[in-house]
Amino acid sequence: MFRSHIMVCGGTGCTSSGSKKIIEAFNKEIAAAGINEEVKVIQTGCFGLCALGPIVVVYPEGIFYSMVEEKDVKEIVEEHLVKGRPVTRLIYDETVQGETITSLNDTRFYKKQQRIALRNCGRIDPDNIEEYIAYDGYAALGKALTEMTPDEVIKCVLDSGLRGRGGGGFPTGRKWALGAMNHADQKYVACNADEGDPGAFMDRSILEGDPHAVIEAMAIAGYAIGATKGFVYIRAEYPIAVERLQRAIDQAREYGLLGKNIFGTDFEFDMEIKLGAGAFVCGEETALINSIEGNRGEPKPRPPFPAQKGIFGKPTVLNNVETYANIPQIILNGPEFLNTIGTEKSKGTKVFALGGKINNTGLVEVPMGTTLRTVVEEIGGGIPNGGTFKAAQTGGPSGGCIPASLIDTPIDYDNLVAIGSMMGSGGLIVMDETTCMVDIAKFFLEFTVEESCGKCTPCRVGTKRLLELLDKITSGNGELEDLDKIEKLCNFIKEDSQCGLGQCAPNPVLSTLKYFRDEYVAHVVDKKCPAGVCKDLMQYKIVADKCKGCTACKRACPVGAISGNVKEPHVIDQAKCIKCGACVATCKFGAIIKE
Amino acid sequence: MKSLQELQAIRDKMKANISTTRDNADAKVRVVVGMATCGIAAGARPVLNAFNEEIAKRGVEGVMVGQTGCIGICQYEPVAEVFEGDTKTTYVKLTPEKVEKIVVEHLIGKTPVTEFTIGAIQK
Repeated sequence: MFRSHIMVCGGTGCTSSGSKKIIEAFNKEIAAAGINEEVKVIQTGCFGLCALGPIVVVYPEGIFYSMVEEKDVKEIVEEHLVKGRPVTRLIYDETVQGETITSLNDTRFYKKQQRIALRNCGRIDPDNIEEYIAYDGYAALGKALTEMTPDEVIKCVLDSGLRGRGGGGFPTGRKWALGAMNHADQKYVACNADEGDPGAFMDRSILEGDPHAVIEAMAIAGYAIGATKGFVYIRAEYPIAVERLQRAIDQAREYGLLGKNIFGTDFEFDMEIKLGAGAFVCGEETALINSIEGNRGEPKPRPPFPAQKGIFGKPTVLNNVETYANIPQIILNGPEFLNTIGTEKSKGTKVFALGGKINNTGLVEVPMGTTLRTVVEEIGGGIPNGGTFKAAQTGGPSGGCIPASLIDTPIDYDNLVAIGSMMGSGGLIVMDETTCMVDIAKFFLEFTVEESCGKCTPCRVGTKRLLELLDKITSGNGELEDLDKIEKLCNFIKEDSQCGLGQCAPNPVLSTLKYFRDEYVAHVVDKKCPAGVCKDLMQYKIVADKCKGCTACKRACPVGAISGNVKEPHVIDQAKCIKCGACVATCKFGAIIKE
Repeated sequence: MKSLQELQAIRDKMKANISTTRDNADAKVRVVVGMATCGIAAGARPVLNAFNEEIAKRGVEGVMVGQTGCIGICQYEPVAEVFEGDTKTTYVKLTPEKVEKIVVEHLIGKTPVTEFTIGAIQK
């Protein structure tokens, strides 16, 4: 029995900013203070507020310390844990109001969130199966096996309205029903943990913070469709997630929650991890199945769908990590648990990885139908440095941009598709006026060109040609008719590519062209980049009136492009300038401008 | 795992150990034990532990057991304050035995144990 629990975030974000060292320091200082039998240090999953990591939460008070450094630990132990005086300077400032410390749930970041998939992240020790069990873990599997028939399980998932969280949004219950319908000597359950969108880390955080939820859900899926074996396809680039998931699988076996005769029934289920090499195309289900089988990660035509012929030609149900994380709660609490949350056609919540030009970079989970404005301005804390919201990119390289005029759109599957974007797996990148929309489209297209598996021509050649057209525009050589060519090529790639990668690759281009056509036109006609990002279309100039001739810029220029005598205005030689911006940073008089 | 009962047993055991400490940050009822040098010297630590153990043992929910610094009445340590909304009850010269009675009669029974309060001692 410990009087205090210290929860230190062990997610990838906080680990990279040193949370392992903080844990060691806590253990050392707690032992030195002689309170190691009263206070326990626990490594937990992601709290979501990654921008303020490393995060340490001290219970029972629930004091939220942010940006903790190793050197702060001694003070927290001596003041807070020994003497009961929280260290105010380290507490998340939104929870400090004068003398009192307010609840974390009242902060702007957490207030409008509803954590279902992330319910245990930051609450339990993911390496301890008994902590998962303490919060009703494996009770859903027990209930399904002992009180429900497979059909009832499927009906429950179907009635809950749960749709695939990987991006497509196919009803999960219907997928399971298809898997159950196809009879075979062997069936498989698989989990897609090949999270590949730049900037997305929802699935990684769930696996790091609550791996047992995925294991339990996969066993439930196995029972529902009649499968005895599961595969988790996860990229080797996620070492912490892989390690914790493997430990969780081992513990589940040890406790008899995987294996034969689970809960004293005839049901048996086991699973293994398959490591992927981190190819974006392997997030596509048929390519993923190819890769699990040991073949090259290339898509296959559908039909046959995986529910008919999946892994090793056997019926396979494949769901995404976040989808699975919802399942135990639905089985335990009934379909109403989910279908009372969200919008008419999109039930439950969605996890988003907030990134880009936003204050609270991190992981958030909101009910479907929450507006983009709530996510960006309230939960996300707005744009840093007083910037203005220009657009948000959802769905990564397969999605599109939502302009500021549509910021009040309630986020759900159908609304996002209607405005030319998509839910995707949940990456949400916020952009302000310093972002060039042509450049952003180019960035995502460069990614798909790189990640195209090369099997079909529209995707392999089409995306490459599309990128060349964008390059032409950003280098100042574009013509107006190129815009029509781009649109035509985009539509061709969408219609003729074999798998989702190619079919969605033009989305970032199409949506920016739709909402920010004037920016494309500015690049083509005026030969200007309004955001000042495209280097070929901008130049640095010294305003002679403001220049004092201090020579600071001249000394900072790495290529010797600036000339001028002391106390006389300087000049930039445009032929030599590499547009690095070093001169702007050194000028104390604001005399250097970008045009 | 052979049965639901077996799972339930692990759940109950772990829940008692974790929940009292971790799930009551926003609890309406707060028990705060003075843990300054004076309190610790007078035996506040066993008192704090007794609160936690009794609450976990008896499955009391919605009570946060925390600590604070010097309350300012060092001669009456160990001191614990029970906050319920705007009301505050100050218990003084506590021992683990007295804590058991407070948990049973006050936190569960909702009737303060008057004889252990600062009011009773000062009369």
